[in-house]
Amino acid sequence: MAKGIWVFAEQREGQVKKVSFELLSEGRKVADQLGEELCAVLVGKNVSDLTEAVSAYGPDKIYVIDNDALENYTTDGYTNAVSDLVKKYEPSVLLFGCTVTGRDLSAQVAQRFQTGLMTDCTGMEVVDGQLVFTRPIYAGKAIVKASCPEARPAMATIRPNTFAAVENAKQAEVINVEYGAGDIRQVIKDIIRQVSERPELTEANIIVSGGRGMKGPENFKLLEDLADVLGAAVGASRAAVDAGWVSHSFQVGQTGKTVSPVLYIACGISGAIQHLAGMSSAKCIVAINKDEEANIFKVADYGIVGDLFEVVPILTEELKKIMAS
Amino acid sequence: MIFKLSEEQEMIRKTVRDFAEKEVAPKAGPMDEAEEFDYSLWDQMAEMGLTGIPFPEEYGGAGMDNLCYAIAVEELSRVCASTGVLISAHTSLCSWPIYYFGTEEQKHKYLDPLANGEKIGALGLTEPSAGSDAGSVKTTAVLDGDEYVLNGSKIFITNGEKADIYVVIASTDKTKGSKGTAAFIVEKGTPGFTFGKKEHKMGIRASSTYELVFENCRVPKENMLGEDGKGFKIALMTLDGGRIGIASQALGIAQGAFDEAVKYSKIREQFGKSISSFQGIQWMLADMATRIDAARLLVYRAAYLKDSGQPYSKESAMAKLYASECAMWVTTKAVQIFGGYGYTREYPVERMMRDAKITEIYEGTSEVQRIVIAANILK
Amino acid sequence: MKILVCLKQTFDTEAKITLDSNGKIESKGVSMIMNPYDEFAVEEALRIKEKGEGEVTVISVGGQQTQDALRQALAMGADKAVLVDPGEIELDEFSTATVLAKTIGGMEYDIILGGFRAIDDGSAQVVGRVAELLNIPVVNVVTKLEIEGGKALATREVEGGSEVIEVALPAAFTAQKGLNEPRYPSMKGIMKAKKKPMDKKTLADVGLDENQIAAKVKALSFSLPEARQAGKVIPGEAAEAAKELARLLREEAKVI
Repeated sequence: MAKGIWVFAEQREGQVKKVSFELLSEGRKVADQLGEELCAVLVGKNVSDLTEAVSAYGPDKIYVIDNDALENYTTDGYTNAVSDLVKKYEPSVLLFGCTVTGRDLSAQVAQRFQTGLMTDCTGMEVVDGQLVFTRPIYAGKAIVKASCPEARPAMATIRPNTFAAVENAKQAEVINVEYGAGDIRQVIKDIIRQVSERPELTEANIIVSGGRGMKGPENFKLLEDLADVLGAAVGASRAAVDAGWVSHSFQVGQTGKTVSPVLYIACGISGAIQHLAGMSSAKCIVAINKDEEANIFKVADYGIVGDLFEVVPILTEELKKIMAS
Repeated sequence: MIFKLSEEQEMIRKTVRDFAEKEVAPKAGPMDEAEEFDYSLWDQMAEMGLTGIPFPEEYGGAGMDNLCYAIAVEELSRVCASTGVLISAHTSLCSWPIYYFGTEEQKHKYLDPLANGEKIGALGLTEPSAGSDAGSVKTTAVLDGDEYVLNGSKIFITNGEKADIYVVIASTDKTKGSKGTAAFIVEKGTPGFTFGKKEHKMGIRASSTYELVFENCRVPKENMLGEDGKGFKIALMTLDGGRIGIASQALGIAQGAFDEAVKYSKIREQFGKSISSFQGIQWMLADMATRIDAARLLVYRAAYLKDSGQPYSKESAMAKLYASECAMWVTTKAVQIFGGYGYTREYPVERMMRDAKITEIYEGTSEVQRIVIAANILK
Repeated sequence: MKILVCLKQTFDTEAKITLDSNGKIESKGVSMIMNPYDEFAVEEALRIKEKGEGEVTVISVGGQQTQDALRQALAMGADKAVLVDPGEIELDEFSTATVLAKTIGGMEYDIILGGFRAIDDGSAQVVGRVAELLNIPVVNVVTKLEIEGGKALATREVEGGSEVIEVALPAAFTAQKGLNEPRYPSMKGIMKAKKKPMDKKTLADVGLDENQIAAKVKALSFSLPEARQAGKVIPGEAAEAAKELARLLREEAKVI
């Protein structure tokens, strides 16, 4: 009989991702309702040090596989490790953050156990003893509620910033498990870090984004200045990416990243349906555009019809004062 | 009758629309503003095979029919009429007469590079005193040894200066009038062949329009296209086909303006609701859509007749007449729907309305089309 | 080099989504396109082929209308297409991956490519599942791919940077935007496409029955998101409006 709500505690270079804490916080509620235990899964090298950070968010147990072979994420290495645990302890639910790693790993594990996986969810609730997930599909233009009623574990990846991370420290039982060696067919030849002080786009609480109205790559400096004041990430619309002003990794929208920040500031973005699809779940949207007819104003909580080259620098200065006060 | 496009005709529409929206549309406004075409688009179109759609593969073409060609010109013109006329003049006015009247040798030498897009083509027909009266050309071609010596000038030449290969109509025997004319293939760079004034136009401003000047320009006699004395006939037959290209261009302009108008009418709000909810706007849109559809049926029929080897002179004139007047009417309504914004360069309908006007004029004015239609009815 | 590309036909990115009378996503009258991420995969397959010898086969699981997307790939330059039409049954990612893997199992291949996700359900797992079923390695969200001597060097996008991964072939890769710029089908390509083979199969043809591919995930209900209400436009000159906006973000919205 499968048992336990499991959360994959994703870590990278000794840091557990915030989304994992968010899942543990919400997972606690679900586990209590279902009368199951909440467990975290921690995989990597020297990750035993991280159990304390993880236990701050209330798991009953933490399964740890600490092995040199797992120093960096590889699809096979982590799939093998997590699968060993799943096979041994048979959880009923296995949750991941919807991150690059979460997506990659969850698909392999799901197929290994021939089970269902619901990706990029923005909600979960217990309905008649069954865990039901909410997923935006068609880039947020529709929403489906779905469950995995029979196959176990029921799996899902959850979009960062969906749930609040609430500390709930508990003495978790740490269970160390050996890594049962298996082939790792992906050999990492190089890891290239982009040096950025700014948060990752998909995890950022605040995003400052620019579109065609930015007129050129050099003007993104204006947005970076604003982002730095707010500790925000910088994003872009497809028009700005296609024009070659910024790299695709900045793109928000249907063919880019889907984001759910607390505050999204759209500068010179007209609000094409594909862009709205990627950011309309933001809690507060600000639009700055000189075209009063622009679609973006239809979804914006606050709008300024005006020249962003005038507005943004002043806004940056004003926010600097407010943030300092 | 089957009112359904074939699978590849549908695929062409989708492919060209995709290309036009992604690559051409963003440049249409700036090119119009600068009165300069961005020829990197030509290279892309050549790569896709849009520069030789209705010609057999053995001459560098895509081996498709004229309906495919009409659809491609329509879709390009839907976002940029200058791009539409570039392809249309190149294909219908220069490549086609070489394909239809040229010798095997001429076809391999000239049609091949035209069709595969290495070279751009143009037709030199109109003169200051020979517009609709194309028979009264004053440019002369006099045989001297193995060469014809051309003297005179041609005006309003689409693709002028940018084209590499020109089909030029000249008089070889003034005493015979239109029966004393011949067509010649003239390459850019031939000594004595230069370019005069660049025209600054109301619309299709990215399309290059120049005067061609011939001063003792010596053209090898093997560059005569078709027989001596048939120049006027070649010109008229070329224009019959050219009308399908211009009709397609007009259709595309109308469709483009209509699509913009529909989109705008849904988002523009007045008195608390979208203007598309007002009957005044709805009726305008209904009339626009109906005329565009009628134009499309006429244009596609003309292309079909040409493809099936049937006479199409009257039908292509009808298509050109109706589609061009439809384009003018629809774009005017589109500007009306946009109101004040429509009159500014913030939105493309202003450009489309300026572009539409030429379709009622070039390659035979609306009046000439009516003459052609009437002549066919009354013959 | 035998290259297989798994592709999916999806709604156009501009499609308006509505629900039908059964409360499901209405697909009638919606214009369909090849999933944009799959276009990157097709393009990459063609580039690999054009560098040496090779054959590109495109495969899809879907209804008869999916032929349009496959034809587009053929017009771009793919050599063959295979369409498995599972009939009128509910599929999830497990089902689709099972059908694809079973179909591919009977074919020769060195490389399997697909988009890293589809823009409709965005599940980003089918190719990974196929790789798992075929017991070959997978590298996801690839932005650069080099093939040499039975090995592949793939650059993949990860949060805050990228990684270069080496795998031995056969292997599967999923394409991310940035991998390449897909070509438009050429006119000649469109003409050739209609003569290229389109192998249409049923579930039974690939040796599966409905039970073997029964969906693990059940969709319970579909809905449309509530439209966001337009908020307020802040009046005034740039300086005034910017100042007011800063105040509202702190005092009213409380987001900073």
